[in-house]
Amino acid sequence: MDFAFSEEQTLLRNSVQKFVQNGYSFDTRRAIVKSEMGWKRENWKQFAELGLLGAPFSEDEGGLGGGPIETMIIMEEFGRGLVVEPYLGTVVIAGGFLRHGGSKAQKEQLIPEIAEGKRVFAFAFAEPQGRYNLADLQVTAKKAGTGYTLNGHKAVVVGAPWADSLIVTARTGGGQRDEKGVSVFIVDKKAKGVGTRDYPTVDGLRASEVTFENVSIGADAVVGQLDNGLKLVEHVTDEGIAALSAEAIGAMKVLNDTTVEYCKTRKQFGVPIGKFQVLQHRMVDMFMNYEQSVSITYMVTLKLNESETERKKAASAAKVQIGKAGRFIGQNAVQLHGGMGMTDELNVGHYFKRLTMIDTMFGNVDHHLKRYASLG
Amino acid sequence: MNLDFTSAEEAFRAEVHQFIKTGYPERIRGKSRGEFTGKEDFLAWHRALYKQGWIAPSWPKEYGGTGWSSTQKYIFSEECARADTPMVLPFGVAMVGPVIYTFASDEQKKEHLPKILSGDVWWCQGYSEPGSGSDLASLKTTAVREGDHYIVNGQKTWTTLAQYADWIFCLVRTDPKAKQQEGISFLLIDMKTPGVSVRPIITMDGAHEVNEVFLDNVNVPVKNLIGKENEGWTYAKFLLSHERAGIAGVARSKRGVEKLKKIAGTEQEGGKPLIEDKEFARNVAELEVDLLALEFTELRTLAGESRGRGPGPEASILKIRGTDIQQRLTELTLDAVSYYGFPYRPFAHDHMTNEYVPGPDYAAGAAQNYFLTRRTSIYGGSNEIQRNIIAKMVLGL
Repeated sequence: MDFAFSEEQTLLRNSVQKFVQNGYSFDTRRAIVKSEMGWKRENWKQFAELGLLGAPFSEDEGGLGGGPIETMIIMEEFGRGLVVEPYLGTVVIAGGFLRHGGSKAQKEQLIPEIAEGKRVFAFAFAEPQGRYNLADLQVTAKKAGTGYTLNGHKAVVVGAPWADSLIVTARTGGGQRDEKGVSVFIVDKKAKGVGTRDYPTVDGLRASEVTFENVSIGADAVVGQLDNGLKLVEHVTDEGIAALSAEAIGAMKVLNDTTVEYCKTRKQFGVPIGKFQVLQHRMVDMFMNYEQSVSITYMVTLKLNESETERKKAASAAKVQIGKAGRFIGQNAVQLHGGMGMTDELNVGHYFKRLTMIDTMFGNVDHHLKRYASLG
Repeated sequence: MNLDFTSAEEAFRAEVHQFIKTGYPERIRGKSRGEFTGKEDFLAWHRALYKQGWIAPSWPKEYGGTGWSSTQKYIFSEECARADTPMVLPFGVAMVGPVIYTFASDEQKKEHLPKILSGDVWWCQGYSEPGSGSDLASLKTTAVREGDHYIVNGQKTWTTLAQYADWIFCLVRTDPKAKQQEGISFLLIDMKTPGVSVRPIITMDGAHEVNEVFLDNVNVPVKNLIGKENEGWTYAKFLLSHERAGIAGVARSKRGVEKLKKIAGTEQEGGKPLIEDKEFARNVAELEVDLLALEFTELRTLAGESRGRGPGPEASILKIRGTDIQQRLTELTLDAVSYYGFPYRPFAHDHMTNEYVPGPDYAAGAAQNYFLTRRTSIYGGSNEIQRNIIAKMVLGL
């Protein structure tokens, strides 16, 4: 057993850290978020140059041959900087679908495009009625000639305004919530019949409502097995959960450090407020929440390639811990900063908002407690 | 002890209900506070209540109060919450008003009270300063007397809706040599006076409700001093205990729970309404039980007041538990609506051309409400300070 990072991994962390320090100050991020685009293409190019976009792909596929640990390192550092660029949707999620379910042709075409920064993806999985049930699908793909016709509505597709292509879950058979009959498609956002309405989200990202109206897709758009896509979807979202956990611990660390620093300098009643025991204990609880979250992030990262049940349990456990700790740390970081913590001007609220969104993404605490319990 | 309403009280409830039905201002029908676009939206309900003579139920009758019993006041606030009326802004009616009728001169009462009631003068609160939050008595804004004027210098912050205010009531230091609490005075300042300026603070939900107020060599007539010079802290504390009593928001939270249940009855979880989900139902039940206990704690406090005891330090319970519940409520509402809580719902000041907010109406702004409600455990004396008050004043620790 060894929790140390290799030399390469440390170098990777250093390079992402350097990017965040130099190119992603709080003010720079604010300008990016408020810009018309809402993200920065040059950053994406830089990610490609740094090798981040190819990190989890094998060298044969045109990547760097990294794995879950490399993804964790990148996402943690992105979490510190509240990086908005769509790394999760493109590299972790779309990349995951291609790695685990992509055909030879799909891999050969799309992985290099991802790694070189030429193609951006968003994951269209949620539907207005479905909450966190990945199989609850009203979007349908009906057989039409050699291909399919796609119809329906995907909700809150994060990163869709920036995407070239969408990974879409759709029902190809069975009833609305059946496990069987779920399939995964790659859909060009510019395809005829794809409608998008874009809007900002509270955590500084952009999302779209995506509608499909008789969208024709070829047979080669299917990722993985037709009708048996749910296993693949769960596998990839579990990897997404691991990546989000890493992002969350990056954000938590900033909140904790900022809060401790503030409590050492902010004076009331003639002393730094950090001298008050009630606040000291609160910060100790925040610290413990963070440490437990780091531990569980390592756990899920190291168990992603274990058996299906082990992987699912690990992902749900991580999501529960991250969700709870994110709330506790976020809420108390705001509380301990007082009125300042409530402002848009200070970074604290922005980290809190992102942690809140992470808690919801791919299922909140209640959802994953139930999933964990159901796995025995 | 009994919980029954008399037939007269039931008739009163019907009267309130009827008034809200017919007297509710059209211009704000269906709008929540976040959607108000200007001063008159905020004032519409205030003005309607004033016309009816119901704007200040807690004031003594001689100054324009309603003369209602505490049960009637309870019924009134319950009916208002049930109809989702906007909150009457507290700065005039609930804060400076009681200070004026309790401590001010007859002349000051005559000048200010009628305009507070009518809504013709909008007040804001000049208490907190950048360096003085929880430790309010350390405030540094100075008022130096020169003839029949004070020259006021300093900065106030977290001033809610100061962008609309006509007047500000300020705590100022008039004796820098005295012990902290003993050198403070309570001063009324016309916001139009040269030297008063307001800078917006945007909160993390995107709203512009709070502001910084700068006071730069502001000339304030001595006749605007309330009570005695250097005794302002007494009045400030009086006001703060009033603020605490109103802060529980039981009726509003009850309404919030009803809404939450309705949302959870609509949202589907695995083909069934979310409210039938055991875990979610349990969360809602826990919240309801907490709220029920708080409701009766508030009723006990009100009963004490009607027997002539002012709201004591126990009122801190209402503030702490009331805001815990408000926060939990917005948290559960966000949980209930899941992804559709996250689209940003713009405010008028955002000047966004694309105001598209997807999802069901009840979900719009759910995350923003959750974020904004975090302030409730900070303002009005943070919940940590409220616990200190109970520890010291109630438990004698």
